[in-house]
Amino acid sequence: MTTPHRAEGLSPLRRWRANGPLSPLAPVAFAVVALVVSPLAFVAVQAAQAGWDQAQRLLGRPVLATLITNTVTLAAAVTFATAVIGFGAAYLTERTDLPGRRWWTVLLALPLAVPEFVRGYSWVSLWPSVHGYWGAVLVMTCSLYPLVMLPVAATLRRTDGAAEEVSRSLGRGPWATLWRVTVPLARPALAGGALLVSLYLLGEYGAFAMLRYTTFATAIFTEYKLGFDAASASLLTSVLVALALLLVGLDAWAGRRGRTTRAGSTGRSAAPAALGRWRLPSLAALAAVVALSLGVPLYALGYWLVKGDSTSLPPASVWSSALTTLGYAVSAALVSTAAAVPVALYGWRRGTWLARSAERAAYLTRALPGIAVALSVVYFAIRYAQPLYQQPPMLVAGYVILFFPLALTAVRAALAQVPPGVEEVARSLGTRPLAVLARVTLPLVLPGLGAAAAMVALTASTELTATLLLRPTGTQTLATQFWVYTSGLAYGAAAPYAALMVLMSVPPVLLLTRRALGSHPTPETPR
Amino acid sequence: MPRLGRPFLALSTTAVSLLALAGCGSSGGDASADGTPAAGGPSSLAGQSITVYSGQHEQTVKALTADFEKRTGISVKLRSGDEAELANQILQEGSASPADVFYAENPPALTVLEEKNLLAPVAPGTLKSVPATDSSPQGGWVGVSARTAAFVTHLGTAADSAPPASVRDLATPAWKGRLGIAPAETDFAPIVTRMIKTDGTDGAKKWLQGLKANAKVYNSNEDLSVAVNSGEVQGGVVDHYYWYRLRDEKTAAGTHSKLHYFTKGDPGALVDISGAGILKSSKHQAAAQAFLAYLDGKDAQQLIAGSQSYEYPLLSGVPGKAELTPLDTIGTVVPVADLGDGKASLQLLQDTGLLQ
Repeated sequence: MTTPHRAEGLSPLRRWRANGPLSPLAPVAFAVVALVVSPLAFVAVQAAQAGWDQAQRLLGRPVLATLITNTVTLAAAVTFATAVIGFGAAYLTERTDLPGRRWWTVLLALPLAVPEFVRGYSWVSLWPSVHGYWGAVLVMTCSLYPLVMLPVAATLRRTDGAAEEVSRSLGRGPWATLWRVTVPLARPALAGGALLVSLYLLGEYGAFAMLRYTTFATAIFTEYKLGFDAASASLLTSVLVALALLLVGLDAWAGRRGRTTRAGSTGRSAAPAALGRWRLPSLAALAAVVALSLGVPLYALGYWLVKGDSTSLPPASVWSSALTTLGYAVSAALVSTAAAVPVALYGWRRGTWLARSAERAAYLTRALPGIAVALSVVYFAIRYAQPLYQQPPMLVAGYVILFFPLALTAVRAALAQVPPGVEEVARSLGTRPLAVLARVTLPLVLPGLGAAAAMVALTASTELTATLLLRPTGTQTLATQFWVYTSGLAYGAAAPYAALMVLMSVPPVLLLTRRALGSHPTPETPR
Repeated sequence: MPRLGRPFLALSTTAVSLLALAGCGSSGGDASADGTPAAGGPSSLAGQSITVYSGQHEQTVKALTADFEKRTGISVKLRSGDEAELANQILQEGSASPADVFYAENPPALTVLEEKNLLAPVAPGTLKSVPATDSSPQGGWVGVSARTAAFVTHLGTAADSAPPASVRDLATPAWKGRLGIAPAETDFAPIVTRMIKTDGTDGAKKWLQGLKANAKVYNSNEDLSVAVNSGEVQGGVVDHYYWYRLRDEKTAAGTHSKLHYFTKGDPGALVDISGAGILKSSKHQAAAQAFLAYLDGKDAQQLIAGSQSYEYPLLSGVPGKAELTPLDTIGTVVPVADLGDGKASLQLLQDTGLLQ
């Protein structure tokens, strides 16, 4: 179908002018990557301040081996589960004749807008038996699968399904078509989503603490919280960075195996696969996923509202908090997505070792605990950007650093679908590079940009740790208000804020599934 | 931001005229050297603005800062967060910190900043208004309110009918499977520090090993209080105010737990201090001193006593909430010098595997 060689038939001079030193793409890409990996520099600087004795005491503890095992086994299980559920959900909503597909997409994406505290606490308070390893697998799977689902859905929406049609017409069964055609098609998105999930699990702390499951990040938090010791914490964090490097390397190795893709620029759509007798089981499976990932937290919120004595109509300030939250989430989404384009584009166009490495390095920050990232922004901002310290741009920068990998994954996966050479063809016709980007490349990856913005906006709207440390003094978001009440045990008063976070996420998700994801007609009528 | 309202403008106008009359600028020294509360207060400071980093109960601190603004014309920017995260933030900010005052929940967070030489001395008058044991021996921060360690039990259980007299009892095999603790809480470490002081490092270590064998480990005192109330474990070691806050939320009908206190003199009968200090780097030393003086004055102490934070005021003559067990029947305040920065207890908790 396609060959990996781009720029074929283009004169060396043209190629040099398009991508060479004159192109601003590389410097922009490197600048973005430098910004988002700055927390690694912070960790290194801090860790270097720990003495040799301290390092021996910290790293020589036998418990660390157990903690690493806990982290790795959990990450493996959750990554596998989210990959299966995320892909399955995307496939059912994008490629089959499942009834109410658009609504399912919305419902399935919403768990991203459930605050971490609600996710963990709802399970623990309703079912105390949900704890430990399996509790953590369950709760984390329920909250993270949208990170796989959204990029995969965007990829499937963008491609036209003709390959599947050919496969079926050649006599392959539906399962064989799914396995041999659809899965490989979605591989870049699937791998990217799985990487996001596994890296996140390395540094996650809050939900595990509630579920009484200790991981390596627990040890890091102990040093920050009880030791006030950034040096020891950073020394331990460097172990997480090593694990993250391993995961990113694994992804690079897995990603090398073929990138057979094809763009759906034909404007023609294949008929969705008929579910037949699988229709009911499919509906039941999706309903179960939505019930566990969205129903349980919402039920807990309702319970607090009804039973909590502190329940009262939230003060008028709730609207200003909501607006603030919205403003920051949207800013973070726009900046992250815009920043992800040059990095992904650079990696995609050049495909050199350097370009690919820069792209992958941008993922490493994802494995750091939120507090490390937030303190790193504090550290750099107060030294090198003092006028911006505790100003709104600093919080946006924090969100971008935290959530850039989400945006990058979606944009990368979308670019992988664009036939190589498209840009060169446009350029050879005399269109200028920026016009090519605006008129050819970006429209082709629009669903990816939408998915990127959605993932960042939803995740940022519930973020707490970095928000508390980086917000302008006096600023309240829904998440910080929610925290003020829950830390005073006033769950009833807290519930409306969490409910509002989820509610506010509905319109953007709807819009995205209509506009960005839905930019491609999906007729259900027989052709 | 609502705090810069009309009253503020009115006050600052008055303040400016007063300033002109008095003809005195703000000196860098203490605003209220005699330690009298800032009520009506240091008018020369009106119009200034201070930033307070607070790890304390936000609703209460908000009420305090609003009252302080009204009385002094000094405006307060309040930054609430987790006390440990805020302390870490100040450590990273160093001398460029925008914070003027740090108001913590427990002494170690303040002691760490004091050890790093980041705190300015508190005005002697303010230090004198509360007992000397309630503040830093070096004078880098001052005590504001007190909380006590307590044992919360689920009603009708064996733990409830025969509560432990000593925190040491909890390490005996009789408590296996019945106990909950939250060692990752900043409130727990002081008890361990106290055990080290009374029973020695080895004794404290054995005690922690006993606890580890017996207890279910929770993430936070909030989680532990809820777990005891729902009967997940029979009893747990928490600070007293968690129970009162949970009772407010659950109402009498939903409250199935009760507070007990360890015998006076026991390492578990621990009265712990919440305090505040001024950052050396603050450019508003006088206004910050005025805030500290206010916190330990009668108005603020009464506000704290009546608030939903359920803490004990420190100023003598200001009674705590009537429903609280009187502080002097529970125990005496542990001298802050004995608590230190909590590093020894952290290491012991890590060595015994109660913390990772």
